[in-house]
Amino acid sequence: MFQNIQELVFGRLTIEDFIHEPIMAGAGIAMVGGLLLAMGALTFFKKWKWLWKNWITTLDPKKIGVMYILVSVIMLLRGLADAMLLRAQQATNGSAELLSSDHFQQIFSAHGSIMIFFVAMGIIFGIFNLIIPSQIGARDVAFPFLNSVSFWLFAAGMILINAPLVVGEFSTAGWLAYPPLSGIEYSPGVGVDYWIWSLQIAGIGSLLSGINFFVTILKMRAPGMKMMQMPIFTWSALSSTFLIMFAFPILTATLGLLSLDRLIDTNFFTSDGGGNPMMYVNLIWAWGHPEVYILVLPAFGIFSEVVATFSRKKLFGYTSMVVALIAITFLSFTVWLHHFFTMGSGAAVNTFFGIMTMIIAIPTGVKVFNWIFTMYRGRVTFTTPMLWFMGFIVTFTIGGLTGVLMSVPPADFQFHNSLFLVAHFHTMIVGGVLFGAFAGFTYWFPKFTGFTLNERLGKYAFWNWIIGFLLAFVPLYILGFMGAVRRLDHYDASMGWQGLFIVAGVGVAIICVGVGFQVLQIVYSIIKRKENRVGTDPWGARTLEWSTATPPAEYVFATIPEVTSRDQFWEDKKKKHSAVFKPKYEDIWLPKNSGAGPMIGVFALAFGVGIIWYMWWLVIIGLIGVILTIIIRLTSDETEEKLTAAQVAKHELKRGTV
Amino acid sequence: MKSEDVENAIQEKKTLGFWIYLMTDCVLFASLFAVFAVLRNNTFGGPAGSDLFDLEFVLLETMVLLLSSFTVGLAILGSVRGFKKQTIVWLVITFLLGATFLGLELYEFNHLIAEGFGPQRSGFLSAFFVLVATHGLHITIGLLWLGVMIFRLIQRKFKQTDIKRLALFGLFWHFLDIIWIFIFSFVYLIGGMA
Repeated sequence: MFQNIQELVFGRLTIEDFIHEPIMAGAGIAMVGGLLLAMGALTFFKKWKWLWKNWITTLDPKKIGVMYILVSVIMLLRGLADAMLLRAQQATNGSAELLSSDHFQQIFSAHGSIMIFFVAMGIIFGIFNLIIPSQIGARDVAFPFLNSVSFWLFAAGMILINAPLVVGEFSTAGWLAYPPLSGIEYSPGVGVDYWIWSLQIAGIGSLLSGINFFVTILKMRAPGMKMMQMPIFTWSALSSTFLIMFAFPILTATLGLLSLDRLIDTNFFTSDGGGNPMMYVNLIWAWGHPEVYILVLPAFGIFSEVVATFSRKKLFGYTSMVVALIAITFLSFTVWLHHFFTMGSGAAVNTFFGIMTMIIAIPTGVKVFNWIFTMYRGRVTFTTPMLWFMGFIVTFTIGGLTGVLMSVPPADFQFHNSLFLVAHFHTMIVGGVLFGAFAGFTYWFPKFTGFTLNERLGKYAFWNWIIGFLLAFVPLYILGFMGAVRRLDHYDASMGWQGLFIVAGVGVAIICVGVGFQVLQIVYSIIKRKENRVGTDPWGARTLEWSTATPPAEYVFATIPEVTSRDQFWEDKKKKHSAVFKPKYEDIWLPKNSGAGPMIGVFALAFGVGIIWYMWWLVIIGLIGVILTIIIRLTSDETEEKLTAAQVAKHELKRGTV
Repeated sequence: MKSEDVENAIQEKKTLGFWIYLMTDCVLFASLFAVFAVLRNNTFGGPAGSDLFDLEFVLLETMVLLLSSFTVGLAILGSVRGFKKQTIVWLVITFLLGATFLGLELYEFNHLIAEGFGPQRSGFLSAFFVLVATHGLHITIGLLWLGVMIFRLIQRKFKQTDIKRLALFGLFWHFLDIIWIFIFSFVYLIGGMA
């Protein structure tokens, strides 16, 4: 009787699920402690209302963007801590007895999933939210409420993926959870379910966000801005969101099927019962390969803006840049099989995918040359964003070359699953996406704060990063050649690998110093903000987002600009048309705050927790909650409020922009 | 009040956004169709499609759904002309037809499961059940949407936004119809042949 009630209420959750190994428990306690500390501070300073009104319920994309970036930065620190543990384990060859092999597996699974879904994706969406509307001369995104829903689903997913630190365990099946290992037979615990539902909920948020920005870019450009006049970052976002729209539904379906296999014993990916585990691998990479480009295309866009601005030249080969972006977008759907040449699809199939993979290197190469030619004969200033760009060119070229090496199927049979591969994709994602994010962060930071980040500390951070990066990953290429496979928690000492693993460990330590400098840079710059105060256009930039006030008003543009050329802001500055005519203001409609977005996030979280722990009542509450919140929101009128022309004029006068 | 231009611009965005959402849903179904194509012969000693499907029954389901697509079209025509009562009547009929379709589908599922041919039986049956049930889930969501809309139309005056929303619902409903025609052809007709 008691047993039954306990099962009904708590599902498979028992008190033992809260007991963890020391390291995990420490991380869990630190996380909960940090949360309690933050909540205590909010209560002490009576800031709850402020938090609710200004942040949680906001529909302002600039604020949502800041929240995305905040979450991503915290997750970056978590992922980095995971990486340090992994490297420490391998450098000591397990002799320090830091981690059990089960814990080691949980950590590499968490490291990959968090870094892709909650760091890279979060940063990309954060930057989209902050930059895209103002770069195309719009005040808002197409669907402000949907934007809030997307963010809170992302946040719910983030909570779910960190919850195993406190209760239960995480998946041990790697960041893509291949069956049959991830099936119920071999992973009976909650780990894989945590992985599935964290990604599923955050993934739906990403899909909605993709649709949102795609429509924003197509429908909300300033009058006169033709497609071929869009800034290249906007083009990269358009390509990226196109990929999201076509790739993420595949992820949704695949995770759904894997979950059904685990929950109701269907036979999609089982090894008996007529299932087909390799179908999972095909499906997940049909999403996974485009995902790589979803992340890296916006980084390309950022670098294109950075290199043009700091070379004081227009971007070299704009048209070929756009063509390259479009080519990559389409080709990225034709290469997924190169992740598993060893599956044995036969020579013809492997050859096709091998050749397609080589072909995709061509448009990427075009971009690299265009960036370099943009610098050629430009007046280059070596600011921190530019250093990240130079670092990117070097690492990305190395990564690209090793990628082409692996695209040769016979060679891939040697590289498959080795550390050579691990080194390759880290070169691409760290050197491409992360460096791009850092460049963008430093570049756009003054736009939203009114002061620049400290250059000296930024440069220290960069040099630590790039040196640490090379030390951490070049040994992995060599180890890969020596036969070391990925995900080893110990290896035979006679293999002679330990020296290189130690070098890699030192590399990660140096990266950590770099991250330390970045944190220091932000703190120091905030303290010294008065000394670094800048106007609206500190870098001499070219695109429209720099033409607004700093920090931008909620409505961004008091009057919507007219666009006649590619680098509109640059052209305007050249013409110096300071002919003082009184701007003609008009009424502006702004979305009112809404608590429905965070509510949907909370209910989605409840749904996720319920389905992971088999608490079916919670699943039902979550589901009904989501549905009701949507119905209430969609049937309510007056979701926007008007700012009259007179009010706008008053605002503008007060901000001193006129 | 907002000017008509502002209102139109918002509506235009919504329509494009909804079309794009439908396309993403299309990709979701495409994935499930691909899964079905891979698994359709993996009967694992269990029954194949030709042993299970009652094509006349499925034809009945199909006709009910197609008819509902026709009635939702009539409702939209009514709404554009501002005939409120006519719109509501046709929407209610659409709702009943949709519910009937769902009932028939559940009956079929129940029947199969009772005979021991549930989604656990084989890879083929897993793929069949999930593909058809995903369509059914969409129909359920559509019915929910429809119910709320009918309730609101009865409650209050006809508004321009109601007509626009109805048009979006029409898109959704026709989209589900097209998906069903693919299910009917590929799953039932081709799969049902020995």
